[in-house]
Amino acid sequence: MDTPVIKKKLGLKDRYAAMTRELAWDTTYQPMDKVFPYDKYEGIKIHDWDKWEDPFRLTMDAYWKYQGEKEKKLYAVIEAFAQNNGQLGITDARYVNALKLFLTGVTPLEYYAYRGFAHAGRQFTGAGARVACQMQSIDELRHYQTETHALSHYNKYFNGLHSPQHMFDRVWYLSVPKSFFEDAYTGGPFEFLTAVSFSFEYVLTNLLFVPFMSGAAHNGDMSTVTFGFSAQSDESRHMTLGIECIKFMLEQDPDNVPIVQRWIDKWFWRGYRLLSIVAMMQDYMLPKRVMSWRESWEMYVEENGEALFRDLARYGIRKPKGWIQACEGKDHISHQTFAVFYNYNAAAAIHTWVPKEEEMDWLSEKYPETFDQLYKPRWDYWREQANKGNRFYQKTLPMLCQTCQIPMIFTEPGDATKIAYRESDYLGNKYHCCSDHCKEIFDNEPEKYVQSWLPPQQIYQGHCFKPDVDPTKEGFDPLLAVLDYYNMNVGRDNFDFDGSEDQKNFAAWRGDFTQGAQK
Amino acid sequence: MSVVALKPYSFPAKDVRENFPAPLFFFGWEDHLMFGAPIALPLPPDTPFGAVGPTVLSSAYGYHPDFARIDWSKVEWLKSGQPWSPDSVKSLAENGLKHKDVLRFRTPGLSGLNGSCN
Repeated sequence: MDTPVIKKKLGLKDRYAAMTRELAWDTTYQPMDKVFPYDKYEGIKIHDWDKWEDPFRLTMDAYWKYQGEKEKKLYAVIEAFAQNNGQLGITDARYVNALKLFLTGVTPLEYYAYRGFAHAGRQFTGAGARVACQMQSIDELRHYQTETHALSHYNKYFNGLHSPQHMFDRVWYLSVPKSFFEDAYTGGPFEFLTAVSFSFEYVLTNLLFVPFMSGAAHNGDMSTVTFGFSAQSDESRHMTLGIECIKFMLEQDPDNVPIVQRWIDKWFWRGYRLLSIVAMMQDYMLPKRVMSWRESWEMYVEENGEALFRDLARYGIRKPKGWIQACEGKDHISHQTFAVFYNYNAAAAIHTWVPKEEEMDWLSEKYPETFDQLYKPRWDYWREQANKGNRFYQKTLPMLCQTCQIPMIFTEPGDATKIAYRESDYLGNKYHCCSDHCKEIFDNEPEKYVQSWLPPQQIYQGHCFKPDVDPTKEGFDPLLAVLDYYNMNVGRDNFDFDGSEDQKNFAAWRGDFTQGAQK
Repeated sequence: MSVVALKPYSFPAKDVRENFPAPLFFFGWEDHLMFGAPIALPLPPDTPFGAVGPTVLSSAYGYHPDFARIDWSKVEWLKSGQPWSPDSVKSLAENGLKHKDVLRFRTPGLSGLNGSCN
């Protein structure tokens, strides 16, 4: 193919074509199928890559310019936040624990996304799809960096933020986001885009960014708000890529429909389970609340999702299988998740607490059918016991779901007093899941999930101690050895917020700060 | 169904019995959701079943005011969700328990804080 002669000044459309698709060529020394081996084995049939509508309409030079401007603004805000001791302006030091979870649980996913999109950006045969993925790949790397920079400021003042990458690869609750993304990027490029661009970013991500970032604003954390909205401005492009990829696959061949449907079923559920952590942040960890998890689920998923799946029905796509159960879960999962963190707070690098009286009133009001009846009694008891100096810490390791890797905290559809247990046999071994949908994901690809690195199992197999540890030595404390392996500072990073160093420091600083302001 | 892959896809399972010093068992106390999740415990196969409830489980569940009131002779067990009657004198292995079995137990008359399943 000859390169077209470039006129001095190109129109937007020509310029876009010249700077993206026309940079690609069909290989002749090697067959195209050998150069692009990854985008066929999943079974997705593509007949005409030219039908791919480029969702971004951005060329690399324009991309650098826009992103450069965003970065400048972002770093100016972060710098000002640091200069002005912005961390003193947050509502309450409890809030920082949501940031700790974000930095250790979500930020590393941005890095995984960068790698995943770099892979897809190499492997699609169609140049339009490749360029879109390459740009998103760079976006994700940017998010990883800006989040790290924004949050590293908090590391100077609060505990538990010192080792995010090390913890991500080891700590029990972080295996939930980690395994989610490893599952996604070990799929083929089409499954990866369905998982991340469509199911997560298009259908679910608003739940992460909009209410959580408004939560940050409500709680005086301008640094997080700024990286949130800087990332969110890329997110709209990512969502467009997600929906474009889905429509492209569905339009190219009817045989693609059942494959795409199975991926949507799987990844909607995987994403929904992952967001349990966001649910608890929203309902329990923001001292000043914006809206309840239930309200944001209704607004961002139920309403938008209904419209989306009505639109996709013309291709033969229906709502994800777990839809009804996920909607039922809106009344429960934030309570169940925060409660399990409260149970296992000896082994978590965040603080938890019993909600204050007015916070419990808020929960009763927002969850009229469930909170008082099902969840308040345990908080009342825990508070009563904590006041007597008998704060509850569960020290026996939990049973996890083989697929989502969350402790088995979720209850039966229609009966929130019964834990849901599901079981599969595979090659003579038993595997346990938290729900019909996680079980179905397991049953569809058991060879994949038998490899799950489940933290309790790994601890019991003796894989979670530092190399020089001798478990046969007298007085060996396995829990402390595991926390040491996590790089946790016992007594500073873990346990209840009440009595924590974070709490004491913040109170002291704020006292000084207020006095200074009065002078 | 199975994994769709470019090349043969076969990797060892992580949690087979041989990888543990003792078989792993899971326990869940029905109607006591103050304990957020069932628990995982490796137990020697020659442990007498009768020791499991009052001895082994007390470190995990002893915090609950109901725990001390349990009459272990009246406890109803479920194995893989089905009613199951163990012989408390026999060992775990003699009771047919295997690696990664799930045992749930109901304590009649005790259903959590003020009967709230907590």
